[in-house]
Amino acid sequence: MLKIKNLHARAAGKEILKGVDLEVNKGEVHAIMGPNGSGKSTLAQVLAGHAVYEVTEGEILYKGKDLISLAPEDRAREGIFLAFQYPMEIPGVSNMYFLRAALNNIRKHQGVPELDAMDFLSLVREKMKVLDIDEALMSRAVNEGFSGGEKKRNEIFQMAVLEPALAIMDETDSGLDIDALRVVANGVNALRSGDRAIIVVTHYQRLLNYIVPDFVHVLYNGRMVKSGDKELALELEKKGYGWLDEELQENRLYA
Amino acid sequence: MPEVKEATDSYFADFMRLEREANHFPAWLGELRKKALEEFAEAGFPTTRHEAWRFTNVSRIAETRWCAPETSANGAAASLLDRHAIPGVAARIVFVDGLFAPELSALENLPEGLQVVALRRAQQQPSGDLPGRWIESHLARHAAIGENAFVALNTAFFQDGALIHLAPGTDLKNPVHVLYLRASNGAHTATHPRTLVVTGHQSRGGIIESYVGQTDEACFTNAVTEIAVGEDSSVEHLKLQDEAENAFHVGTVQAVQARSSRFLSHSVSWGAALARHDINAVLAGEGAECTLNGLFQVTGQQHVDHHTCLDHAQPHCSSREYYRGVLDGRSTGVFNGAILVRKDAQKTDAIQSNKNLLLSEDAVINTKPELQILADDVRCTHGATVGQLDSEALFYLRARGIGLEAARHLLIRAFANEVIGRISFAPARQRLAERLLGRLSKGWTSEDSL
Repeated sequence: MLKIKNLHARAAGKEILKGVDLEVNKGEVHAIMGPNGSGKSTLAQVLAGHAVYEVTEGEILYKGKDLISLAPEDRAREGIFLAFQYPMEIPGVSNMYFLRAALNNIRKHQGVPELDAMDFLSLVREKMKVLDIDEALMSRAVNEGFSGGEKKRNEIFQMAVLEPALAIMDETDSGLDIDALRVVANGVNALRSGDRAIIVVTHYQRLLNYIVPDFVHVLYNGRMVKSGDKELALELEKKGYGWLDEELQENRLYA
Repeated sequence: MPEVKEATDSYFADFMRLEREANHFPAWLGELRKKALEEFAEAGFPTTRHEAWRFTNVSRIAETRWCAPETSANGAAASLLDRHAIPGVAARIVFVDGLFAPELSALENLPEGLQVVALRRAQQQPSGDLPGRWIESHLARHAAIGENAFVALNTAFFQDGALIHLAPGTDLKNPVHVLYLRASNGAHTATHPRTLVVTGHQSRGGIIESYVGQTDEACFTNAVTEIAVGEDSSVEHLKLQDEAENAFHVGTVQAVQARSSRFLSHSVSWGAALARHDINAVLAGEGAECTLNGLFQVTGQQHVDHHTCLDHAQPHCSSREYYRGVLDGRSTGVFNGAILVRKDAQKTDAIQSNKNLLLSEDAVINTKPELQILADDVRCTHGATVGQLDSEALFYLRARGIGLEAARHLLIRAFANEVIGRISFAPARQRLAERLLGRLSKGWTSEDSL
């Protein structure tokens, strides 16, 4: 589904990704871990098409097609969803309007009939039950005045409605208490299916107790330096990220 | 300035003609008009050397020899009315090129306590008749001819306009709609519409004034509206300026508020080549509350100027002011928000905010608060912002599948809706929202509210 080869990207003249490789197939859940500043969020934003980041080298193939040349809205219409680390507040636009516009843009692109207000409402009600979201949220402006936890939950709710093929969670767990974390994880797990791939970007292993990944990768200084299964996440939890430094130093010495 | 003198000279000839024809003026009004003409001639048209006109150059108005429009029954007025009538209003009074159009108006079965008449007809009633008395005790008593040359010009030349009166205790559910249509295609025509609103104590009502036009030639509208808000009563006023793109619009709205009254003013300005609005309220009685709410949206070479003045003359009054501007192309905008707190106006509570969205690099906004505070126990705050569309918000919308143009329009509409949303009459709100949408893009349609 997704093939990233030797991806280099920079922002404001500073190189952040320095040759990332990653392959994600249908049905898989990948966790990308790494210390602050390693490039995790950059990778997530580059996949969604944020203009602040410039891809200088390498390629991203999504469903066999070049992703880099696609506008952000076209990526979304092709089934990519980024759950933002810092979801934007958009005063004056209700969640209902926003989400229906998003869904219908995607449906139109996929050649599926657009949903009218009534059909949309019944779809939304069904998804709300799964995620334990209050219906009043729909008439509120997008994320305006939402707590950190509400914003994250709203991201997962949007994901549940839009049903992407590739979902990227950018530190969705940051700032969540344990109850909110469980709700978010349930939402993600409900979406797990053989047709769908999920990338979970996180600093902590905690979320991975609830969303159990098939693969764990460590992004460090703009490169994937280690890959493994969920045991790797536990190891990182125990030892922190410091040991990577030493191991990498040694590798370099003996290389 | 000789050129300015010359510019005003021609108005004397017009005035003499008007005097000859207008035998229906009561004597006091004839005197008032003469005095207004003298004031106008004395002051002349303002130039950019006048502080209040620094950013708004009216030389094209001053240099043009304007004439009264030819009145001709044409289908243009009816089709303009079709587009701009608002459903569900309590009454509709329509003026076409300055003159009352009874056949387009809807003035039957008015709710009890409401009177809506054309000024000219009201003046023709026998003296001692109520509308005549209201006019005599309020007309030109609120909008001073000595302070603004355009007000003086209107007072000297107004041909007709609406008189709206609410008897004490009247509670008007739906607003009165006053439409000033410009449909004449004669070159260089000017109209001077005059509106007078008088409300008795403990009454409540709304007035919508629409200035709309479709003309091939440059035209000039010089409007004055006076609103006397009675004790303990509440008036909501919406002025919509959506004139033809070659029009000049200059207008003053002057409200005077009695004790414990509320005045809510909305100004929505998106038409005309040049539009200048003076919106002033005097909080003349204790405990009065005033909100000035405004939206301007311009593009191309358009120029729009709002000068507002909140005169806190008495203690324990509060005012709120929210103005938003959306400027695209090479358009220019001005917001000047004056707040005067007089010596006796202790416990004044005034908040002013002006936010502007510049959609192109060539658009310009001049925004300035002008606070003069002579009392010591007051709270006055003001803030102004000028910015572009938030690129992170745009990315967020696009990352959900909404295209760039649609995302831009969505954010602009959301910005403007903060102002439109304060209008309490839903059909007016909806009409404005639709018009905004139409102005943003012809291809973008949706019946849904945000």
